[in-house]
Amino acid sequence: MKVRLKVWRQKNDRTAGSFEHYDTPDLNPNMSFLEMLDVVNEVLTEKGADPIAFDHDCREGICGTCSLTINGKPHGPHRGVATCQTYMRSFRDGDTITVEPFRADPFPVMRDLIVNRAAFDKIMQSGGFISVRTGAAPDANTIPISKEVADLAMDAAACIGCGACVAACKNASAMLFVSAKASQLNLLPQGKPEKDRRVLAMVQAMDEAGFGNCTNQYECSAVCPKLISEDFIARMNRDYMAATFRQTFGSVPSTVVGG
Amino acid sequence: MKLLTALFTTSIGKKVIMAVTGLILVGFVIGHLVGNLQIFAAPEVINSYAHFLQSLGPALWAVRLFLLAAVGLHIWAAIQLTLENRRARPRGYDINHTIQASYASRTMRWSGFIVLAFLLFHLAHFTARVGPYEKYNDMTATINHQGQVIEVLDVHSMMVIGFQQPLVSLFYIVAIGLLSLHLSHGIMSMFQSVGLVSNRWRAGLTKAAVVISVAYFIGNLLIPLSILLGWVDVQNPALLASS
Ligand code: HEM
Ligand code: FES
Repeated sequence: MKVRLKVWRQKNDRTAGSFEHYDTPDLNPNMSFLEMLDVVNEVLTEKGADPIAFDHDCREGICGTCSLTINGKPHGPHRGVATCQTYMRSFRDGDTITVEPFRADPFPVMRDLIVNRAAFDKIMQSGGFISVRTGAAPDANTIPISKEVADLAMDAAACIGCGACVAACKNASAMLFVSAKASQLNLLPQGKPEKDRRVLAMVQAMDEAGFGNCTNQYECSAVCPKLISEDFIARMNRDYMAATFRQTFGSVPSTVVGG
Repeated sequence: MKLLTALFTTSIGKKVIMAVTGLILVGFVIGHLVGNLQIFAAPEVINSYAHFLQSLGPALWAVRLFLLAAVGLHIWAAIQLTLENRRARPRGYDINHTIQASYASRTMRWSGFIVLAFLLFHLAHFTARVGPYEKYNDMTATINHQGQVIEVLDVHSMMVIGFQQPLVSLFYIVAIGLLSLHLSHGIMSMFQSVGLVSNRWRAGLTKAAVVISVAYFIGNLLIPLSILLGWVDVQNPALLASS
């Protein structure tokens, strides 16, 4: 099979980009989408042209490095599948495929299809962790956790941080990512001590990065390669308001003197 | 106050303002519809109801200011959030792809602003009765109030005469249609924004929001429709004699 690519090319984050068209050589339909780009890049390199820059790492759907908006949908045509797990057999011979970067102001395009997702790292640094004492590891299973809660936390922890939720959101909001990362810790006993601080800090970091606001349309969960649910967004909204109420009206410990 | 700062400056806070003011407005428009449906009873019923509301005096003004504040905050939050959303994606996609965002959810700003335009007209028309509508002030009817017969504004005739103008009725029906569309997303949305919904009943809530919005539309549609079709007519003898 052969396809025609309409690809976003951009030198760096300071220059304007534009679309270029490329006709692929003959492709094996069982190639992955990224392998197809490898083949196109080989041809470009042989011709002395700049290859198309795109992000990838594990190529098995678990690292969250691959991106690409394919025909308007982040991660291509399938549900619950990352770009690296998308195969050319999902397209038809002769198709024109439009490939764009994930578009959001906090994700500046570094080159062609590669965007800088460091804004996600900033959010994680603000609260996406738990503080533990070093020393001997505690015995396993000493803290009982119900199956339902463990499963729910696991659902949230499935997030691979790829940023497709931001890319798909009509408002470039990062709520699905932030809510999954906050919930995976907030749900568990180990995450409880820092829960309020975590939610407040992560939402603040999210706002400061310049992401948009959720309008409850759930395009995010529809494109998520791990099918993270918008339930976590509702949970974070509730946790955020509860933390704010406690911060405003809750008791403060009387440790002002002595101690 | 950390709470006020959070409500007015953060993304989630502003969404909570939308949701709470939205809830207040939903409560109001449903109550308002129930009150208006009294047009189908004898004229004394709605005229007495209107007189009761007018007689509340300062309490009526308190409610009006409260609702005005809710509308103001709702619009303020809508504008702030929209501007931030625009900034968050200066360059859009070449291909616009939508998977599950409803039509209603994608047109909230438009439906909201047309409803606002209607609201201003509606207030000038029936509440303030200004310009060409000053004549409504001269229409009076009598009601039985605590054993006494008193003269009050004839709201029944005012509504009938108001909606007998096809253009006014048309604007009203379009605005109510758009408001119903707004609510079909809004009622679901407000639960999500304050975090009071989970996957156990999300699908049910989404359907309930549509059912409530359709019922709200039909209830409102019945009023101008019945008047245009002549099912509800002026019954005030003084007005009938002069026409
Ligand atoms: C007057 C002009 C209005 C404008 C510009 C406006 C605009 C908006 C916008 C932009 C949203 C956010 C949509 C979203 O997050 O998906 C919204 C939500 C909402 N609106 Fe309005 N609206 C207006 C009037 C009204 C009225 C009159 C009502 C009720 C009778 C109403 C009820 C709601 C509700 C319940 C929500 C959902 C709140 C939420 O998102 O959590 N709106 N409106
Ligand atoms: S490259 Fe690792 S998830 Fe696609």
